[in-house]
Amino acid sequence: MSTGEHMEKKINLTLKVWRQNGPDRIGTFETYPAKGISKDMSFLEMMDVVNEQLILDGHDPISFDHDCREGICGMCGAVVNGRPHGPLPGTTLCQLHMRSFDDGDTVVIEPFRSRAFKLIKDLVVDRSSLDKIIQAGGYVSVNTGGVPDANAIPIPQENAELAMDAAQCIGCGACVAACPNASAMLFVSAKVSQLALLPQGRPEAAKRVLSMVTEMDHQEFGNCSNERECEAECPKQISIVNIARLNREYLKAGFFSNEK
Amino acid sequence: MQLDAKVPGGPLETKWDTHRFELKLVNPANKRKFSIIVVGTGLAGASASASLAELGYQVKTFCIQDSPRRAHSIAAQGGINAAKNYQNDGDSIRRLFYDTVKGGDFRSRESNVYRLAQVSNAIIDQCVAQGVPFAREYGGLLANRSFGGAQVSRTFYARGQTGQQLLLGAYSALSRQVALKKVTLYTRRDMLDLVLVDGKARGILVRNLVSGEIERHAADAVVLATGGYGNVFYLSTNAMASNATAVCSAYRKGACVANPCFTQIHPTCIPVHGEYQSKLTLMSESLRNDGRVWVPKNPGDKRKPEDIPESDRDYYLENKYPSFGNLVPRDVASRNAKEQCDLGKGVGDTGYAVYLDFRDAIKRDGKETIMRKYGNLFDMYQRITDDDPYQTPMMIYPASHYTMGGLWVDYNLMSTIQGLFVLGEANFSDHGANRLGASALMQGLADGYFIIPYTMGGYLAGTGVKPVSTDHQEFKVAEDAVKAKIKNLLSINGKRTANDFHRELGKIMWDYCGMARNNEGLKSALKKIGALKGEFFENVKVSGTDREFNQNLECAGRVADFLSFGELMIEDALSRQESCGGHFNEGFQTGENEAMRDDANFSHVAAWEYKGEGLPPMLHKEPLVFENVKLSQRSYK
Repeated sequence: MSTGEHMEKKINLTLKVWRQNGPDRIGTFETYPAKGISKDMSFLEMMDVVNEQLILDGHDPISFDHDCREGICGMCGAVVNGRPHGPLPGTTLCQLHMRSFDDGDTVVIEPFRSRAFKLIKDLVVDRSSLDKIIQAGGYVSVNTGGVPDANAIPIPQENAELAMDAAQCIGCGACVAACPNASAMLFVSAKVSQLALLPQGRPEAAKRVLSMVTEMDHQEFGNCSNERECEAECPKQISIVNIARLNREYLKAGFFSNEK
Repeated sequence: MQLDAKVPGGPLETKWDTHRFELKLVNPANKRKFSIIVVGTGLAGASASASLAELGYQVKTFCIQDSPRRAHSIAAQGGINAAKNYQNDGDSIRRLFYDTVKGGDFRSRESNVYRLAQVSNAIIDQCVAQGVPFAREYGGLLANRSFGGAQVSRTFYARGQTGQQLLLGAYSALSRQVALKKVTLYTRRDMLDLVLVDGKARGILVRNLVSGEIERHAADAVVLATGGYGNVFYLSTNAMASNATAVCSAYRKGACVANPCFTQIHPTCIPVHGEYQSKLTLMSESLRNDGRVWVPKNPGDKRKPEDIPESDRDYYLENKYPSFGNLVPRDVASRNAKEQCDLGKGVGDTGYAVYLDFRDAIKRDGKETIMRKYGNLFDMYQRITDDDPYQTPMMIYPASHYTMGGLWVDYNLMSTIQGLFVLGEANFSDHGANRLGASALMQGLADGYFIIPYTMGGYLAGTGVKPVSTDHQEFKVAEDAVKAKIKNLLSINGKRTANDFHRELGKIMWDYCGMARNNEGLKSALKKIGALKGEFFENVKVSGTDREFNQNLECAGRVADFLSFGELMIEDALSRQESCGGHFNEGFQTGENEAMRDDANFSHVAAWEYKGEGLPPMLHKEPLVFENVKLSQRSYK
């Protein structure tokens, strides 16, 4: 099929959008028409069109986070019809296109909700709690300079690939929004796995997993009870195999290391 | 003003070594007494913040996004160059240096480029030590791929997400320093002005994007790593928040902007398909390793690509450039795509697209192999266009992607303002008139990990910096000015949105200052932008107030600066009466439509000094001296 065959098709939608002017205000759903939306638009471009009209009509446009609009920065994200990043698997909100919707649909748009993500405005939430978890140990402690030649440590291709599978996490927080416990377990496990699979990460593996999990609890994320919602909604399709690996690392650290 | 590039003497190979020895050192115990502001957390900003903090300096790091991990370096796909010569294919520091100078069409500073090639290898070592999961061969060693403008295989990569992995490496190093309390992180902050005290950069003003408050921050030196200005074209591969405001504020305070007309139009992007479009998406150049670029031989051939027989296809890059073929540098590939489309041979609904075809590669290597190399890119393409590139050729067209121009810096990466350092895409330093693929990541990390840690020490040790508090009069003056600007934007209450103005500016820039330019068009564009700017300040409508989370206000401020920056780009394009790299003036071309340089008159860096609002900027020239490469007509045939 070539693009020549795609007839540009326009649809009309009704949006129900969560509006809340700050964390201490009361939020509510507001209804907006989205008319003449091309099916080739991205979801965020559809939001732009609605916002342009709101501005011209003298209303407050809908605040939403976004930046790269190519699915890699992890800045965007909202719950669309009950699903973080909307209905398409393995897709961020900015890469969701309006061809996933039909004429006349009602689309409900809400922020990612979690105790650890304080609301800022409308669909914008504060996800700095995820940064705090990385700060607790999501790194290899090397300073700039004085490191060995890059080819000094061969790494089996399979391990490098598995590490890369985990490292793809974009830190968007969809896993948290999807989880009934608002757990950040998939996020934490992705970083723990990436570094546990590589020899560079082994020296600090025990300390890392213990401090990151402790920080996750401290940031008021919930625990994992194997619901697998995170894996289903992850736009990078990070597997819960990583959570199993985290658990193994955690137990190992608890039983066989001197780290607390 | 006299431009002094401060290039060290001696042979090319030992300049950096000699310079590092000559730079004064700051005693370890004294480093903690110095504070440094770093704006931006892309590859350059994050690596600089982490490395400076590791040395002991007190670092304050700022970013626009909610997390430093989201800077637009994250979107770089294809890879990062280094002169490791792991493939035993004849690579060397000298060759990487030469390829970069030639690729930049001989408009970059030899000394800077050589240093870049020298530190390239250490970058790969550093990233591997951080746990960056680069692609590996079965034996466990690192894999490489080829990129445009080079005949060796020197590009390291992590699938199609190299920028993401390198940025997360730098972000992790930064996070470690945050935990150690050596870096204080300020997220969701927009830098609106630079503050000078006694002629030195001593602080910045930022808008707290959540509360709307204007905050003052003081330090002993300021590092800008705020990226490029590609969004001047409205549609570009840059992120939505990528902007020129920090660079403009430095320019208005006395930092020269160098070669602003050198912009890179990337050849392989997904074509434009509608008025509402907010950005363009790049398809990595690495795809040109296996994809073949073609158009129908006959203008107006509307058959489906699969119905067009081999004899009716024009593989124009392979035909015209037999030795580099599909891997010619970006400016050459872009210009040729435009030429084919202007001849009526373009494909797709708009006629502004060419095919990038993987049929032969899939036949040769199997779908599995192609999927492993480019799977995520193919998926992204399909999500956006609804076409399956395993079945039918991709359609691509050039788009604004990177800006080689930027704030002028000397060999120490310091601008014409004392104490203001500029790193990464925000400076002009290494890529001349055209950047080669996989070299942006290299430059960002070179600047941040391996250059600024040394040159910053030299500055702080060699200059007396008196303590400055944010109560200083200069902060107040700057804050009043910034607040007045914001108040003005909110009070206009016109009939057009800021985005609407931005879209119009972008169209003017693309039509007259894009892939091909001519004097007449540039002059008319200058008038059009002047008029548009006038209308903007009378007719823009900005919603809300200043003391709240207000994305519309952020956008309006950025568009105001893009309008000014667009004018500067055109001034520069008009003054450079030659063609070179990404700056192609139709009046200066060879018989075969290649860029024709004028080395006798334009072998210089054009650095523009701000002279006041409404006044023409003043041009300063830094002559480019080539002692180690012979200037030649670039040929990729």
